[in-house]
Amino acid sequence: MEHTRKSGFFLLLLFVIFLVIGINTEEVAAVWEKAVNICLSCIGIE
Amino acid sequence: MMFVLRRWIQTAATALSNAYLLFPFTRNIYQGKLKSVCVPGLNCYSCPAATGACPLGSLQTMLATVRPSAKAGNAHIGLYVLGILGIIGSLVGRMPCAWLCPFGLLQELIHKIPSRKIEIPYWMIYIKYAFLAFFVVLLPLLVVDGFGYGTTWFCKYVCPAGTLEAGIPMLILQPQLRELVGWLYASKVGILLIFLTLMVFIRRPFCRIVCPLGAIYSLFNKVSVFRMVHHPDKCVLCKECYNHCPMGVRFYEGANQPDCIRCLKCMQESCKFGAISYEIAGLPVALKKKTTSPL
Repeated sequence: MEHTRKSGFFLLLLFVIFLVIGINTEEVAAVWEKAVNICLSCIGIE
Repeated sequence: MMFVLRRWIQTAATALSNAYLLFPFTRNIYQGKLKSVCVPGLNCYSCPAATGACPLGSLQTMLATVRPSAKAGNAHIGLYVLGILGIIGSLVGRMPCAWLCPFGLLQELIHKIPSRKIEIPYWMIYIKYAFLAFFVVLLPLLVVDGFGYGTTWFCKYVCPAGTLEAGIPMLILQPQLRELVGWLYASKVGILLIFLTLMVFIRRPFCRIVCPLGAIYSLFNKVSVFRMVHHPDKCVLCKECYNHCPMGVRFYEGANQPDCIRCLKCMQESCKFGAISYEIAGLPVALKKKTTSPL
């Protein structure tokens, strides 16, 4: 029980680090750039 | 009471995820800064009203463009999106599926249509992990064109939420797109119609069988900070939790199963014996609820 509890906090820390790295490598802008354009393939048009 | 609260939160989350109400006038999607933030539920970012980015769509596009971005000197491998999904999963596991996902809300509402209800074989819940592995990760990453660009396989060939929220509305808003419609659009509308029909008879069929986002969150259910607790000493195996569960989870066989979306319906509405509770960071949450002794 204690082991899985610690795993949760370890994973939380790991993904916070992922998020920080992602923000620092300007992935936020990359996500925005893709999200503001209509994704034709997503709506079923090639 | 909990059910009413959940419905309100689901409705509010759906409204906030789709709060761009100027689309009938602009005839285009929202292009503001909020679009850089991934929403916790499945909500297509090509939906004209969408205010945020779909985490699944974002993850696929990042993986599909890994090679060109690496050539351009960037290391965009989706850590931002994975970070958001991982933080949510580490904190609450699959809870967003029950409380925040617009497509989950739709499935629950359609399932209210009176009809004979059908249960799916248990093994089918593992199909979603294949969709996650192949359609979200491997195919976008490995099947690329001459320039190194992959495609968003799940969005393109499967996602019925995208067809409903973006495909149909965008064809209404932008008539010029109708000329480009072909077999792909028809197949996606077909998939949507199949799922809309299944929703009447089966509890949350898309979430249980297909949804890769739910598959990602489900990996955290056993270790998340918020966790459900089963008390076998109080459980009488009446199976009321299973009968009322929107995901068909057999809670009496163990807490925090992959398909448990932490809607709390079993705890609040089904179990009369106090055999279900939850804990946050290992601390049990005291509940003031009238219970019946199993003896």
